[in-house]
Amino acid sequence: MSHDNSSPNFLQHHFHDVDQQYETAKLGMWAFILTEVLTFGGLFVAYVVYRSWYPEMFVGANLLLDVNKGLLNTIVLITSSLTMVLAVWAIQKKNQKLSLFMLIATFLFAFMFLGIKYLEYSHKFEVGQLPGEYYSYMGPEISHLNNPHIFFSIYFIMTGLHGLHVAIGMGLIAWLIYATAKGNLNSEYYTPMEMIGIFWHLVDLIWIYLFPLFYLI
Amino acid sequence: MAENQKQNYLTHPKGIMSWLLTLDHKRIGLMYLFGGIAFFFLGGVLALGMRLELAAPGNDFVSNETYNNMYTLHGAIMIFLFIIPAIPGALGNILLPLMLGAKDVAFPRLNLASFYIYTVGALFVMYTIISGGVDTGWTFYTPYSTTSTSNVIPMTMGIFVIGFSSILTGLNFIATIHKMRIPGLTWYKLPLFVWALYGTSLVQITATPVIAITMVLLILERLLGIGIFDPALGGDPVLYQHFFWFYSHPAVYIMILPAFGIISEIIPVHSRKKVWGYKFIAFSTLSIAFIGFLVWGHHMFTSGQSVFSQIVFSFITYFVGIPTGVKIFSWMLTMYKGQVSFTPPMLYALSFLFLFTIGGLTGIFLGAVALDIHLHDTYFVVAHFHYVMQGGTIIAFLGGLHHWWPKSMGTMYNQTVANICCLGVFLGFNGTFFPQFLLGLRGMPRRYATYDQQYAELHNYSSFWSGILGLSIFIAIMNLMWSLRKNNKLDPGSNPWGGMTLEWTHTTSPPHPHNFEEEPVLEHGPYDYDKVIVEPTFKK
Repeated sequence: MSHDNSSPNFLQHHFHDVDQQYETAKLGMWAFILTEVLTFGGLFVAYVVYRSWYPEMFVGANLLLDVNKGLLNTIVLITSSLTMVLAVWAIQKKNQKLSLFMLIATFLFAFMFLGIKYLEYSHKFEVGQLPGEYYSYMGPEISHLNNPHIFFSIYFIMTGLHGLHVAIGMGLIAWLIYATAKGNLNSEYYTPMEMIGIFWHLVDLIWIYLFPLFYLI
Repeated sequence: MAENQKQNYLTHPKGIMSWLLTLDHKRIGLMYLFGGIAFFFLGGVLALGMRLELAAPGNDFVSNETYNNMYTLHGAIMIFLFIIPAIPGALGNILLPLMLGAKDVAFPRLNLASFYIYTVGALFVMYTIISGGVDTGWTFYTPYSTTSTSNVIPMTMGIFVIGFSSILTGLNFIATIHKMRIPGLTWYKLPLFVWALYGTSLVQITATPVIAITMVLLILERLLGIGIFDPALGGDPVLYQHFFWFYSHPAVYIMILPAFGIISEIIPVHSRKKVWGYKFIAFSTLSIAFIGFLVWGHHMFTSGQSVFSQIVFSFITYFVGIPTGVKIFSWMLTMYKGQVSFTPPMLYALSFLFLFTIGGLTGIFLGAVALDIHLHDTYFVVAHFHYVMQGGTIIAFLGGLHHWWPKSMGTMYNQTVANICCLGVFLGFNGTFFPQFLLGLRGMPRRYATYDQQYAELHNYSSFWSGILGLSIFIAIMNLMWSLRKNNKLDPGSNPWGGMTLEWTHTTSPPHPHNFEEEPVLEHGPYDYDKVIVEPTFKK
């Protein structure tokens, strides 16, 4: 199918056919995922370095995090990944309504994740478990350990950057909801949904590493 | 049809908005080109200002603080606003789709976005300059960069933003090279410039995210005192150096690989001979890109590493010399028994071979731990770096600009003036930087506005020749601009050097707005001078 009267209107002028356009988008998306992995990679290195410098402090400080909220958020985010996959599956099966429903569910799960994160953060702000110079918490669990502010610096930077990704993902999913409701995305053309899906799974995957690193070990 | 032939991307469509909102890779490339040249000029003026100060010992013109600002801005502007974006952003954008027979890059809107992100980053840098500058050096080493009272945050913010532009260009090129080739244009039929851009793009998308996050951490260190890089708060300044060089060493390959690509195009075309060792050149590009990720520790021989890591980093550093040597010898063998014509692009390519070889060999000196400890932070490093970056990349950029100028602008510059300027650049460059090797060997440290009397003669010599160098580059660029005057158009069908790649054989000069009137059909390889005769249309 090259450019002629039968070309679908979503085919951009510089591509030969739908396949080429789809394959290109997919390759570009995976290259982008690679850059994301490397961005977080730098922070994971920082985590490893400081954990090896101050092992006792890391163990002591992670007890200050709320494991239940972290676990709940893990479940929420994994479920949202599932609903995202189902949205793509539904649109492939020409079930636009189900797809729309799944997208809205994904959006709500993402919102829930940020809500729980907000509760966690606001507690930390209250007790002064803050990054760097703003750290002031001196409870008995931690007062004998050195440099707990570094743990909370890394915690806030990594979960904050991850939270930013969740928020951006919500914006993208909101756009998907709009485009699917209008019928711009359909069983013929759903590339953006699949690409944003890949991004969403990455966001999920990063959390799956963050959760044990900060809350469990 | 006749009407159609008059159309080219420069004149069609018209209007300022058709440029500012263009999705055409050629127009975006030109905007990058003029942006890059503007910053090249600014960085060059700063360099000449420093040479003026250094012409004699003592503070003659500027204070130490101003001098610190000058070398920081010179380095940051030249690297982040000129060298990194110039070849991929300008020449790469203009040429890549043409060389692949494609109508555009894979993601045209992303391409425009990346230009505007570059512009925003440039505005941050401009803000830094007008609000008082920054004095940390372009490497922003902690702990000084966390305590300096100068404008570190806007500058590093600018670098953070420009990083995104670089990532998006790299990502776009990778998708383009994989997916936008015309049928029959297999990997081994790609022009070598495309291979070079591919290697560059791989490094861009894998290394740049790390500098982005490093800059974020540095900014947060200043704002919140996060304690990651600041030793007073329990952090590790050496970790900053690891992060910084994990990007910035591969970044020198972001800067030099596209230059290699340009040389690989110029030499066969101007020698009328099939390139020698096509696969050697192609794969040496990829191996340099790969090895480049494993050698960052050689910047840190004096900043606290174990002896074991010093030895390992030193050893791996030597490996870079192998693929680089493969390239140099392949280019020389390409010229062997060819019909070498001394056109401006070829003269730049020959200068490149000479200067880059000196730059590369002195890199081997610096890769040796014992020698590096003596030469670290001296003018030897300054000279080595400029031999590679200016003698290598910028000379190749000028060569590429002269090579593809008739293609992208449809005009021919005065070749005699261009040749004289090239000679001026070559002599001026060696006159400026060769004495700096000697200064470094005698112990002159870098980044000082004043120096001991014993260094005066060599500094003076270097400053004198830097004037010749600056003037030659300026006239060379003006010579190109002057060719744009009215009634100086080339015949649209001309192929002045007799190039064999698609941008020369299958489209007009300047190209059609959609690159090709109809999709090109590949008839021969990129350098088949042994099989097909393509005559240069331009005779002196």
